[in-house]
Amino acid sequence: MPPVALTAHIVGIGLAGPGLPDWSAAAPILAGERPYQPAPTVLPVIEALPPAERRRTGSTVRLALAVAQQALAEAAIDPTTLSTVFASSGADGALCHEICLTLASEERQISPTRFHNSVHNAAAGYWSIAMKARARSNALCAFDGSFAAGLLEAIAQVAVDGVPVLLAAYETAYPEPLHAKRPLPDAFGVALLLDPRPGAGAHARITVSLTDDAAEPMPQAPLEALRTGAPAARSLPLLRHLARAQSGAVVIDYLENLRMRIEVSACR
Amino acid sequence: MTALPLTHFTATSCIGSGLAGTLDSLLERRSGLAPCAFETVRLETHIGQVPGVDDVRLPPELARFDSRNHRLALLGLSQDRFIEAVAGCAARWGRRRVGLFLGTSTSGMLETEIAYRRRGPGGALPSTLDYAATHNPYALVAFVGRVLGIEGPSAVTCTACSSSAKVFGSARRMIEAQLIDAAVVGGVDSLCLTTLYGFHSLQLTSRAPCRPFDAARDGISIGEAAAFALLERPSGAARPGQILFTGIGESSDAYHMSSPHPQGLGARAAMCQALESAGLAPRDIDYINLHGTGTPGNDSAEGRAVSGLFGPGVAASSTKGATGHTLGAAGALEAVFCALALRHGFAPGGLNTTRLDPEARFDYLCESRRQPLTRVLSNSFGFGGSNCSLVLQRAS
Repeated sequence: MPPVALTAHIVGIGLAGPGLPDWSAAAPILAGERPYQPAPTVLPVIEALPPAERRRTGSTVRLALAVAQQALAEAAIDPTTLSTVFASSGADGALCHEICLTLASEERQISPTRFHNSVHNAAAGYWSIAMKARARSNALCAFDGSFAAGLLEAIAQVAVDGVPVLLAAYETAYPEPLHAKRPLPDAFGVALLLDPRPGAGAHARITVSLTDDAAEPMPQAPLEALRTGAPAARSLPLLRHLARAQSGAVVIDYLENLRMRIEVSACR
Repeated sequence: MTALPLTHFTATSCIGSGLAGTLDSLLERRSGLAPCAFETVRLETHIGQVPGVDDVRLPPELARFDSRNHRLALLGLSQDRFIEAVAGCAARWGRRRVGLFLGTSTSGMLETEIAYRRRGPGGALPSTLDYAATHNPYALVAFVGRVLGIEGPSAVTCTACSSSAKVFGSARRMIEAQLIDAAVVGGVDSLCLTTLYGFHSLQLTSRAPCRPFDAARDGISIGEAAAFALLERPSGAARPGQILFTGIGESSDAYHMSSPHPQGLGARAAMCQALESAGLAPRDIDYINLHGTGTPGNDSAEGRAVSGLFGPGVAASSTKGATGHTLGAAGALEAVFCALALRHGFAPGGLNTTRLDPEARFDYLCESRRQPLTRVLSNSFGFGGSNCSLVLQRAS
């Protein structure tokens, strides 16, 4: 049995982060053509969710769905049969804080909605409801390496099962006192729509492997601070290559003792 | 899919630490459920607490990982020479060539819950709380990877109660892509206040020990467990009697965050895909280990999906009357139960079910049945409408 190359075509990109409102606005900044100006992350309302569900969702779910929708909008792929991978270091930090506060009080009566929204796969669940998506959906965590872990899971599905996969990686900040224990910056999310087939509109073809080499830093200091601060922003060196339509290899952070090498062949 | 042998496996739950005790309990139909006296919890409910977890001591070099979840993980890993089996596997393939994919729902959340009661002036959490090594879901893989000495690709799957079934799928793909040659898969989930009070708030916990598929069932009993399996690239034909992982199906309900699709459409899709990936027809399945949580809605939806797909003759049971619902560990725990059933030739009877729901139109087992089994299916369904079914077989 010959090895299966872990290859996919990136046919859609979604992004939301501080000073990076979406992919089309962020691309020239990441490419170094425009200066980076930090600003609070703006989270859109998710129109695709029924109003009752929309009211119940917190910022983490909104962030995940926003970047996933952005990536999906670029390609003609049916979301109802599309596999998804949602990767994040934690679930909704604000909900976690509220639940812990309640459990530390005399009452201990947690709200049922808060409880079911506190699960790590809340974004996957709401995406599936919003899009009537009944295909396979995964929700993963690998702490600071969650983006690369999600990319590896997604690209293995593309390569082995021959299906398109939508990957979303995202985190929002914890409130205090949890913030002191896990100091994440402002919300950052990224989504990649991966397809086994080369399409006319593909950004690039990528092939991933594992390496001991060090991760590539970002040349601009504030973006490098964002890369090392937000787990999903460990994707920034890859996004920079995509923004510059630059072919070549890039290394990103993955696990403590293992990095991910991504061979990028630009298609645009 | 390519059949993958489970070259080693183990399970620890309230019915036994290790395979021998677990097998005895399943055969003798012993339940581990007892009235809840966990921590400071004041709820009228039954739980499946694993005895001896508090007495487990982590090695000094791993002290920062100390938490109930990791004590339970270590207790589980220490059974059935599992650590030694993985060491042999890592020596065979190389430690970078062995992946680690585990499921959990709450990881070390209990440590943060307790830390919130000990906030200092200004509200700060105590310095002893180590978020990365206890609370974060990935802490489980960071800890288990160190205990086992493996360094391949890894991740924690957090899809609530389907988590540790879905890890079999992640491992399968990476072995097929030849990124790795073997993988440790499993699940560890331990009791904590968030789940006990959370399921209570949803009115999904029973006061009595849970009664899956009973006409008067009224909720779950929460349990805890650690279960692991070692999947390896097959070298030649399977040995007779070897336990093989041969099929998996994964689907989403697209219906509701905490209620299953009433007709069990997502459950049916997962079971159909699992059969398809194993190259089997419904009539080939000898026994189904049901998700069978004991809530009115879950069992009703799953029952419809099972009888609709398999017809009235298929033998099935839920083992949650014995173990409680072990949440993120349930998929791996029940996969190990299925492996034991295949190896020892029996279908475990469900406990606590005295008056079977007349709508359960299949052969629900209330007594254990001694019979050779060749192909079994295990269901795991979770919040967010996340469904997973596994097929395990005994090589002839």
